Amino acid sequence: MPEPLVLEFQVTGMDFRTAGEGSSRLKRTLREIGLDPVTTRRCAVCAYEAEMNIVIHAWRGTVRACITPETVEIVSNDEGPGIPDIELAMKEGYSTAPAHIREMGFGAGMGLANMNKCSDEMKIESVVGKGTCVRMTIGIPKDSQRP
Amino acid sequence: MNLADVKRVLGAEVLCGSDKLDTTVSAVCASDLMSDVLAYGFERSLVLTGLVNEQVIHSAEMIDAAAVVFVRGKFRQVGGRVVEIAEERGIPVLVTSRFMFDSCGLLYAAGLRSCAGCGAGHA
Repeated sequence: MPEPLVLEFQVTGMDFRTAGEGSSRLKRTLREIGLDPVTTRRCAVCAYEAEMNIVIHAWRGTVRACITPETVEIVSNDEGPGIPDIELAMKEGYSTAPAHIREMGFGAGMGLANMNKCSDEMKIESVVGKGTCVRMTIGIPKDSQRP
Repeated sequence: MNLADVKRVLGAEVLCGSDKLDTTVSAVCASDLMSDVLAYGFERSLVLTGLVNEQVIHSAEMIDAAAVVFVRGKFRQVGGRVVEIAEERGIPVLVTSRFMFDSCGLLYAAGLRSCAGCGAGHA
């Protein structure tokens, strides 16, 4: 059993200047190791929405991808305000993002819903006042090129 | 339809990626919401938007978009690092003076359709 490949990047809250660069690097690495385009896109969307969620809502955090021949697991871990009502936060269109975030094309209440759609399994754990952990698993199709 | 056709139909100017004008466009994702682009866009989609910032390029990159088209000439008013990042990431950028509605209508009439029901979340 080969060791899983782990890629991780740091995300800083409200840093819109570099937002998206971590996910961009992750996506390029996934392509370089030979993951198929559809799975790569699903992983990229999960990572990018997670990254933007940290930038918009949290103080700081990390996004970590763990790649095995069968799955890509993407875990976003942040220190931030947490989510008081996860079920409500998952609803398409629900958002607590302020107007200036919406003007940037985000905060439309689609982030978690998109992450859920693009992953095969998603789990959210959150403690109000401490932070949120989102764990997404994306299966690699059997006929896909193996990383 | 390829990017050269899109350029002609919209009377657009190419800001970067002029070497990729032979790329075939699969569908159109017209939105100012990047989460919608991420949810519905897919390989070789054309991203049409009135929003001008770096996140548009990142979103286009995540879905393997064919190109980004800024409508209503907005790019000329905002600019910034957007083209620099797009060049780095290999995403062609076009700008048209036409409004969003007119741009969509022209592309529809030329045979392109929306990316409804597709996208990474619908794989």
